[in-house]
Amino acid sequence: MTKPIVEYKDVHKSFGDVEVLKGIDLDIFPAEKIAVIGPSGSGKTTIIRMLMTLEEPTDGDIIVDGKNLWKMEKNGKMVEADEKHLREIRGDIGMVFQHFNLFPHMTILENCMTAPIHVKGENKKEVKQRSIDMLERVGLGDKINNYPSQLSGGQKQRVAMARALVMRPKIMLFDEVTSALDPELVGEVLEVIRDIAKNDDMAMVLVTHEMDFALDVADKVLFLDDGVIAEQGSASDVIEHSENPRVQEFLSRFRG
Amino acid sequence: MSYWSFERFFEAWPYILKGLHITVGVTISAFLFALVFGLVWTFLRRIPERHINWIVTWVMEFIRSTPPLVQLFFIYYAWPEIPVVGVTLSPFVSAVVGFGIHFSTYIGEIYRSGIESVENGQWEASTALNFSLLDKWRLIILPQAFPPTIPMLGNYFIIMFKEVPIASTIGLTGILHMANSFGSEHFNLIEALTIVGIIFLVLSYPSARLIKKLEVKLNTRFDKNQVIDPIE
Ligand SMILES: Nc1ncnc2c1ncn2[C@@H]1O[C@H](COP(=O)(O)OP(=O)(O)OP(=O)(O)O)[C@@H](O)[C@H]1O
Ligand SMILES: [Mg+2]
Repeated sequence: MTKPIVEYKDVHKSFGDVEVLKGIDLDIFPAEKIAVIGPSGSGKTTIIRMLMTLEEPTDGDIIVDGKNLWKMEKNGKMVEADEKHLREIRGDIGMVFQHFNLFPHMTILENCMTAPIHVKGENKKEVKQRSIDMLERVGLGDKINNYPSQLSGGQKQRVAMARALVMRPKIMLFDEVTSALDPELVGEVLEVIRDIAKNDDMAMVLVTHEMDFALDVADKVLFLDDGVIAEQGSASDVIEHSENPRVQEFLSRFRG
Repeated sequence: MSYWSFERFFEAWPYILKGLHITVGVTISAFLFALVFGLVWTFLRRIPERHINWIVTWVMEFIRSTPPLVQLFFIYYAWPEIPVVGVTLSPFVSAVVGFGIHFSTYIGEIYRSGIESVENGQWEASTALNFSLLDKWRLIILPQAFPPTIPMLGNYFIIMFKEVPIASTIGLTGILHMANSFGSEHFNLIEALTIVGIIFLVLSYPSARLIKKLEVKLNTRFDKNQVIDPIE
């Protein structure tokens, strides 16, 4: 039995007085592909942002590869993690955002190269080759010297994926990466994610509204409702055979 | 006696131009001073402590609301009289420090709006890529924050250039001072002051055009970045 690479243990999150996550327990195993579905405002984004260290949990623990992400030991006591501690762990995690967040002042090749060089101190030549390979893989080999503003939304999102992948994370997070795109560009982005999901051995957590896609790539689906994991199981169990009325109601909206 | 003499007009040119390097020198030095000091204000204001923030904001407001002339007088005449910390500064140094500090408060605001024009998503992406705080600033934020501020910085450079003549009141021997002393020697100021006007026009106008050009060029590259002018 392999050990999980990420464990959420009774994780709570409040914004002000409003508790948006009410006790999340979740194991993510190496190479596992998890789809997170659920109504708007149920806390899907917040779950993965806490793992990316963009949001701090109010309570509970997130363990990454055996290390507590948000807490550290200091003089025999557990205290809040500092930036140095977060940086040591964060390198295992990568994220792709809904609005791409590419660096507009850099070419797309530079977008991919800057972090491996400056964060990991890797050899520039090697990083360049790897970045070019990755951009070719996502179908943008002919655009490496373009700036983000010269690309379509779908192309930008594929660059964002390449940029995250060249860092070789163990866990990749995707937050509704197709929902800011024109409908005709969604397919090309899902195709790239499908390719990564089928061929790479990273763990992946995908927040998505694309049910067919979740059925196709996810090993496990979580249905989040009002801050709790209301249902989880294999993709077909949750999406096709769930008895839970909340799940059925939610899914009925996608079946026109 | 005629009001205007071309003879005097041409005689005055070399005399007045002797002050040009002082006027230009003060402008450039004070502007560099303000560029650096503006950065200090910007980072002081980012300290997440309420009291420090409050103090810094009000010190800046105070400096900005006081006329530069009063500040020059203070630095040149009053400062040396203060025990222990008081030092006598030359008119040149007084003007550089005075204009430098005064304009640094505007420039700090320009930097701030430049930094705020960078979307939050840029910070988040650089956190997700695990950049250090220094690298976030150096590689991601400042390279985006700075270019859209260049036209506004240029405007302040010209505004400052046009303010520098008031330093003749503390004895700075710039072009206005030279014009004044030429005028009083010849009992007629009109030619000398006309020359000062021409010099300012000849130097300011092309600079303003250059800045305008730069602005158009930058706007096409950074089309979505908007920076707010603190004066507006
Ligand atoms: N920074 C914040 N400050 C205050 N409230 C927040 C903040 N971020 C999220 N929330 C609230 O937390 C709740 C959960 O938000 P979250 O973005 O995780 O939901 P979601 O499931 O991703 O929704 P969507 O499908 O619309 O993206 C929402 O009610 C949201 O308004
Ligand atoms: Mg969301």
